[in-house]
Amino acid sequence: MTDSETKDLQAKEKEEVVSPAEQTKQGPTFVPVADIFETESAITLLADMPGVKSENFDIDLREDTLTLTGEVLPPEGPGETDIFREYQTGRYYRQFTLSDVIDQSKIDAKLNDGVLRLTLPKVEKTAPRKITITAG
Amino acid sequence: MIVRRMFNTPAWGWRSPFGELERMKNQVDRLFEGYHKGLSGRQQSAGVFPLINVSEDKDAYRVRTELPGMKADDLDISATADSLAISGERKIAPEDEEVKYHRRERESGKFSRMIKLSGQIDPSKVEAGIADGILTVVLPKSESAKPRQIKIG
Repeated sequence: MTDSETKDLQAKEKEEVVSPAEQTKQGPTFVPVADIFETESAITLLADMPGVKSENFDIDLREDTLTLTGEVLPPEGPGETDIFREYQTGRYYRQFTLSDVIDQSKIDAKLNDGVLRLTLPKVEKTAPRKITITAG
Repeated sequence: MIVRRMFNTPAWGWRSPFGELERMKNQVDRLFEGYHKGLSGRQQSAGVFPLINVSEDKDAYRVRTELPGMKADDLDISATADSLAISGERKIAPEDEEVKYHRRERESGKFSRMIKLSGQIDPSKVEAGIADGILTVVLPKSESAKPRQIKIG
């Protein structure tokens, strides 16, 4: 991409999770923005989760539902007072439904600079068996 | 008498044709006054990327912003005695061409933001660090701007 094609980033407020269930934990929960793409062999998910450390991050895959959770600890020190706040911090939560069967043993997750890269390899499909009909 | 009551025209409306306009203007002014008060009461963002939080303690101002995936090299930060400028470009590395996207919500692009600080700082002592996608800039207050305990002698 050349410089002339680079667009300017627009400010966006984080989207809060709208949950029908009551939250049991204090503070807001946000939906991380994500890219999802697929190849023949795997599904890859990239999610922006600034402030999440790998020890506070959790992936859960049950049947076809993938759940991402990341806790963010308030970065402010004890002696600090706010002058102004344009963004809020809190946990991240998002669920995805996967259409393919994932090989759970080969899932790979990396969290670098607040970006999650999750690789979900698909289970190799067995070649369809050809059935020959014998005339009886 | 009954007919006159049915067409009950307010007398003041005719006595001063501008009276009604004046009243409407006052109402509109009040409406906007309330609106502006509402905005300052809530924390309204400037709507410029990146969104920032500013805090202070007795020694320094701290400016934080969320820049996931960005490294120190992608950023340009400069400070004067009372302002801070942050600019850079967020790049998202392209994936293989044969991939099929289901969602593309993450955005790349350039940005530039300048903020004015409410007090004087020492630009030579400004420090910045980026960790887990969060940029923190520590701007130590200049000696003259620090609160000082006054002893009563």
